[in-house]
Amino acid sequence: MKRTYELVYVVSPDANDEQVADLHTQVDAIVQRMGGQIEKTDNWGRRKLAYEIGRHKEGTYVLEVIKGDGDLMKEIDRRLRVTDLVIRHLTVRVDEEQAVVERTKGKRTENSRRRRLARGLPADRQPGEGQRGEPDDDRDDRFDLGAEEIR
Amino acid sequence: MNGRKSFGGGGGRGKTSSSSQQQGKDQQRRPMFRRRKVCKFCSDKIDDINYKDVKLLMPFVPERAKVLPRRISGTCAPHQRKLRTAIMRARQLALIPYTTE
Repeated sequence: MKRTYELVYVVSPDANDEQVADLHTQVDAIVQRMGGQIEKTDNWGRRKLAYEIGRHKEGTYVLEVIKGDGDLMKEIDRRLRVTDLVIRHLTVRVDEEQAVVERTKGKRTENSRRRRLARGLPADRQPGEGQRGEPDDDRDDRFDLGAEEIR
Repeated sequence: MNGRKSFGGGGGRGKTSSSSQQQGKDQQRRPMFRRRKVCKFCSDKIDDINYKDVKLLMPFVPERAKVLPRRISGTCAPHQRKLRTAIMRARQLALIPYTTE
Protein backbone atom coordinates (compact mmCIF):
# COMPACT_ATOMS: atom_id res chain seq x y z
CA MET A 1 0.00 0.00 0.00
CA LYS A 2 1.27 3.42 -0.97
CA ARG A 3 1.66 5.93 1.78
CA THR A 4 3.29 9.30 1.98
CA TYR A 5 6.07 9.89 4.42
CA GLU A 6 8.23 12.80 5.31
CA LEU A 7 11.80 12.10 6.17
CA VAL A 8 14.06 14.71 7.69
CA TYR A 9 17.66 13.93 8.43
CA VAL A 10 20.37 16.03 9.95
CA VAL A 11 23.80 15.59 8.46
CA SER A 12 26.89 16.29 10.50
CA PRO A 13 28.48 19.69 9.82
CA ASP A 14 31.76 18.00 8.95
CA ALA A 15 30.24 16.66 5.76
CA ASN A 16 30.77 18.63 2.57
CA ASP A 17 28.13 19.24 -0.07
CA GLU A 18 29.28 16.26 -2.04
CA GLN A 19 28.71 13.90 0.84
CA VAL A 20 25.26 15.36 1.44
CA ALA A 21 24.40 14.83 -2.21
CA ASP A 22 25.83 11.33 -1.99
CA LEU A 23 23.56 10.58 0.96
CA HIS A 24 20.60 11.72 -1.08
CA THR A 25 21.48 9.37 -3.92
CA GLN A 26 21.81 6.52 -1.42
CA VAL A 27 18.31 7.21 -0.09
CA ASP A 28 17.07 7.53 -3.65
CA ALA A 29 18.59 4.17 -4.56
CA ILE A 30 16.79 2.44 -1.71
CA VAL A 31 13.52 4.09 -2.66
CA GLN A 32 13.92 3.04 -6.30
CA ARG A 33 14.83 -0.51 -5.34
CA MET A 34 11.83 -0.95 -3.05
CA GLY A 35 9.36 0.43 -5.57
CA GLY A 36 8.66 3.86 -4.14
CA GLN A 37 9.29 7.34 -5.40
CA ILE A 38 10.64 10.58 -4.05
CA GLU A 39 8.14 13.37 -4.52
CA LYS A 40 10.15 16.27 -3.22
CA THR A 41 13.59 16.98 -1.88
CA ASP A 42 14.38 20.08 0.06
CA ASN A 43 17.76 21.02 1.44
CA TRP A 44 17.32 23.52 4.24
CA GLY A 45 21.01 24.13 4.40
CA ARG A 46 23.09 24.52 7.50
CA ARG A 47 21.20 25.43 10.66
CA LYS A 48 22.15 25.88 14.26
CA LEU A 49 20.93 23.04 16.46
CA ALA A 50 18.74 23.90 19.43
CA TYR A 51 20.96 21.71 21.60
CA GLU A 52 24.23 19.91 21.13
CA ILE A 53 24.08 16.46 19.64
CA GLY A 54 27.29 14.69 20.51
CA ARG A 55 29.78 17.47 19.98
CA HIS A 56 27.95 19.10 17.09
CA LYS A 57 26.40 22.53 17.33
CA GLU A 58 25.01 22.78 13.83
CA GLY A 59 23.88 20.51 11.06
CA THR A 60 22.60 20.32 7.51
CA TYR A 61 18.90 19.52 7.28
CA VAL A 62 17.45 17.63 4.33
CA LEU A 63 13.76 16.94 3.84
CA GLU A 64 12.47 14.22 1.55
CA VAL A 65 8.84 13.48 0.80
CA ILE A 66 8.65 9.82 -0.09
CA LYS A 67 5.82 7.72 -1.44
CA GLY A 68 6.10 4.07 -0.57
CA ASP A 69 5.17 1.42 1.93
CA GLY A 70 6.22 0.72 5.48
CA ASP A 71 8.95 -1.77 4.65
CA LEU A 72 10.69 0.84 2.55
CA MET A 73 10.73 3.30 5.41
CA LYS A 74 11.94 0.62 7.76
CA GLU A 75 14.88 -0.06 5.48
CA ILE A 76 15.71 3.63 5.16
CA ASP A 77 15.46 4.03 8.91
CA ARG A 78 17.86 1.13 9.41
CA ARG A 79 20.33 2.52 6.91
CA LEU A 80 20.30 6.01 8.35
CA ARG A 81 20.77 4.59 11.82
CA VAL A 82 24.06 2.97 10.86
CA THR A 83 25.29 5.94 8.84
CA ASP A 84 27.69 7.91 11.00
CA LEU A 85 27.27 11.06 8.97
CA VAL A 86 23.60 11.35 9.87
CA ILE A 87 23.30 12.59 13.42
CA ARG A 88 19.52 12.63 13.68
CA HIS A 89 16.61 11.58 11.52
CA LEU A 90 12.82 11.51 11.77
CA THR A 91 10.14 9.85 9.68
CA VAL A 92 6.54 11.00 9.86
CA ARG A 93 3.58 9.62 7.98
CA VAL A 94 1.68 12.55 6.52
CA ASP A 95 -0.97 11.33 4.09
CA GLU A 96 -3.77 10.85 6.62
CA GLU A 97 -3.15 14.18 8.27
CA GLN A 98 -3.07 15.93 4.91
CA ALA A 99 -6.39 14.41 3.93
CA VAL A 100 -7.97 15.70 7.14
CA VAL A 101 -6.52 19.16 6.62
CA GLU A 102 -7.79 19.29 3.07
CA ARG A 103 -11.23 18.17 4.15
CA THR A 104 -11.54 20.85 6.83
CA LYS A 105 -10.27 23.46 4.41
CA GLY A 106 -12.76 22.42 1.78
CA LYS A 107 -15.57 22.41 4.28
CA ARG A 108 -14.65 25.88 5.46
CA THR A 109 -14.60 27.48 2.02
CA GLU A 110 -17.80 25.69 1.11
CA ASN A 111 -19.50 27.02 4.23
CA SER A 112 -18.28 30.53 3.65
CA ARG A 113 -19.45 30.50 0.05
CA ARG A 114 -22.84 29.27 1.10
CA ARG A 115 -23.17 31.92 3.78
CA ARG A 116 -22.08 34.65 1.42
CA LEU A 117 -24.60 33.58 -1.18
CA ALA A 118 -27.31 33.56 1.48
CA ARG A 119 -26.42 37.15 2.25
CA GLY A 120 -26.70 38.03 -1.40
CA LEU A 121 -22.98 38.49 -1.97
CA PRO A 122 -20.82 36.93 -4.66
CA ALA A 123 -19.46 33.59 -3.51
CA ASP A 124 -15.81 34.56 -3.45
CA ARG A 125 -14.28 37.43 -1.63
CA GLN A 126 -13.77 40.45 -3.85
CA PRO A 127 -10.47 42.32 -3.92
CA GLY A 128 -10.34 45.05 -1.32
CA GLU A 129 -12.92 43.33 0.85
CA GLY A 130 -12.31 41.96 4.29
CA GLN A 131 -10.28 43.29 7.16
CA ARG A 132 -7.60 45.77 6.41
CA GLY A 133 -4.06 44.90 7.28
CA GLU A 134 -4.70 41.24 6.82
CA PRO A 135 -1.27 39.78 6.20
CA ASP A 136 -0.59 37.87 3.06
CA ASP A 137 0.53 34.33 3.48
CA ASP A 138 4.16 34.80 4.38
CA ARG A 139 4.41 31.76 6.58
CA ASP A 140 6.82 30.02 4.32
CA ASP A 141 9.71 32.28 5.23
CA ARG A 142 10.37 30.18 8.29
CA PHE A 143 14.00 29.60 7.50
CA ASP A 144 15.17 33.02 6.50
CA LEU A 145 16.48 34.48 9.69
CA GLY A 146 16.90 38.04 8.48
CA ALA A 147 13.19 38.65 7.97
CA GLU A 148 12.81 40.72 11.14
CA GLU A 149 15.47 43.18 10.11
CA ILE A 150 14.00 43.78 6.68
CA ARG A 151 10.54 44.63 7.98
CA MET B 1 -22.09 39.73 45.19
CA ASN B 2 -18.48 39.34 44.45
CA GLY B 3 -17.27 39.73 48.03
CA ARG B 4 -15.99 36.22 48.44
CA LYS B 5 -12.49 35.28 47.53
CA SER B 6 -13.45 34.29 44.06
CA PHE B 7 -11.02 34.49 41.26
CA GLY B 8 -13.63 36.01 39.06
CA GLY B 9 -14.09 32.86 37.05
CA GLY B 10 -16.06 34.58 34.37
CA GLY B 11 -13.23 36.99 33.63
CA GLY B 12 -14.23 40.39 32.38
CA ARG B 13 -17.96 40.38 32.74
CA GLY B 14 -17.97 43.95 33.83
CA LYS B 15 -20.44 44.47 36.68
CA THR B 16 -18.02 44.40 39.61
CA SER B 17 -17.04 48.04 39.45
CA SER B 18 -19.45 49.40 42.10
CA SER B 19 -18.74 46.72 44.71
CA SER B 20 -15.00 46.88 44.21
CA GLN B 21 -15.04 50.57 45.00
CA GLN B 22 -16.72 49.98 48.35
CA GLN B 23 -14.48 47.13 49.37
CA GLY B 24 -11.37 48.47 47.75
CA LYS B 25 -9.47 49.04 50.98
CA ASP B 26 -9.52 45.65 52.65
CA GLN B 27 -9.41 43.68 49.47
CA GLN B 28 -6.72 43.51 46.90
CA ARG B 29 -7.79 45.21 43.76
CA ARG B 30 -8.55 42.73 41.06
CA PRO B 31 -8.15 43.51 37.43
CA MET B 32 -11.61 44.56 36.41
CA PHE B 33 -11.21 43.55 32.86
CA ARG B 34 -9.52 40.46 31.60
CA ARG B 35 -9.23 39.92 27.92
CA ARG B 36 -10.94 36.82 26.73
CA LYS B 37 -8.44 34.29 25.42
CA VAL B 38 -8.97 32.75 22.03
CA CYS B 39 -7.29 29.89 20.30
CA LYS B 40 -4.71 31.28 17.88
CA PHE B 41 -5.08 28.35 15.51
CA CYS B 42 -8.86 28.61 15.37
CA SER B 43 -8.89 32.33 14.79
CA ASP B 44 -6.09 32.30 12.22
CA LYS B 45 -7.54 29.17 10.60
CA ILE B 46 -4.31 27.25 10.77
CA ASP B 47 -5.32 23.66 10.18
CA ASP B 48 -1.94 22.12 9.89
CA ILE B 49 0.35 22.56 12.89
CA ASN B 50 3.58 21.43 11.37
CA TYR B 51 6.73 20.46 13.23
CA LYS B 52 8.87 22.13 10.58
CA ASP B 53 7.32 25.52 11.16
CA VAL B 54 9.53 26.73 13.98
CA LYS B 55 8.27 30.28 13.72
CA LEU B 56 4.75 29.14 14.48
CA LEU B 57 5.79 26.95 17.41
CA MET B 58 8.26 29.23 19.15
CA PRO B 59 5.67 31.47 20.89
CA PHE B 60 4.34 28.34 22.61
CA VAL B 61 7.73 27.35 23.97
CA PRO B 62 8.69 30.06 26.48
CA GLU B 63 12.08 30.59 28.11
CA ARG B 64 12.39 27.34 29.99
CA ALA B 65 11.45 25.54 26.77
CA LYS B 66 8.38 23.93 28.30
CA VAL B 67 5.15 23.72 26.37
CA LEU B 68 2.96 26.69 27.21
CA PRO B 69 -0.13 25.40 29.05
CA ARG B 70 -3.58 25.84 27.65
CA ARG B 71 -4.79 27.92 30.57
CA ILE B 72 -2.27 30.60 29.61
CA SER B 73 -2.25 30.48 25.84
CA GLY B 74 -5.98 29.85 25.48
CA THR B 75 -5.46 27.24 22.78
CA CYS B 76 -8.37 24.89 22.34
CA ALA B 77 -7.97 21.22 23.24
CA PRO B 78 -7.69 19.67 19.77
CA HIS B 79 -5.16 22.26 18.69
CA GLN B 80 -3.17 21.94 21.89
CA ARG B 81 -2.82 18.22 21.22
CA LYS B 82 -1.58 18.87 17.71
CA LEU B 83 0.73 21.57 18.98
CA ARG B 84 2.19 19.19 21.51
CA THR B 85 3.03 16.53 18.94
CA ALA B 86 4.49 19.16 16.65
CA ILE B 87 6.72 20.49 19.42
CA MET B 88 7.86 17.01 20.38
CA ARG B 89 8.78 16.23 16.80
CA ALA B 90 10.62 19.49 16.39
CA ARG B 91 12.55 18.73 19.56
CA GLN B 92 13.74 15.43 18.18
CA LEU B 93 15.24 17.23 15.24
CA ALA B 94 16.88 19.86 17.45
CA LEU B 95 14.76 22.62 15.95
CA ILE B 96 13.41 23.46 19.41
CA PRO B 97 15.28 22.89 22.68
CA TYR B 98 14.16 20.41 25.33
CA THR B 99 15.43 22.69 28.02
CA THR B 100 17.63 25.71 28.49
CA GLU B 101 20.80 25.26 30.41
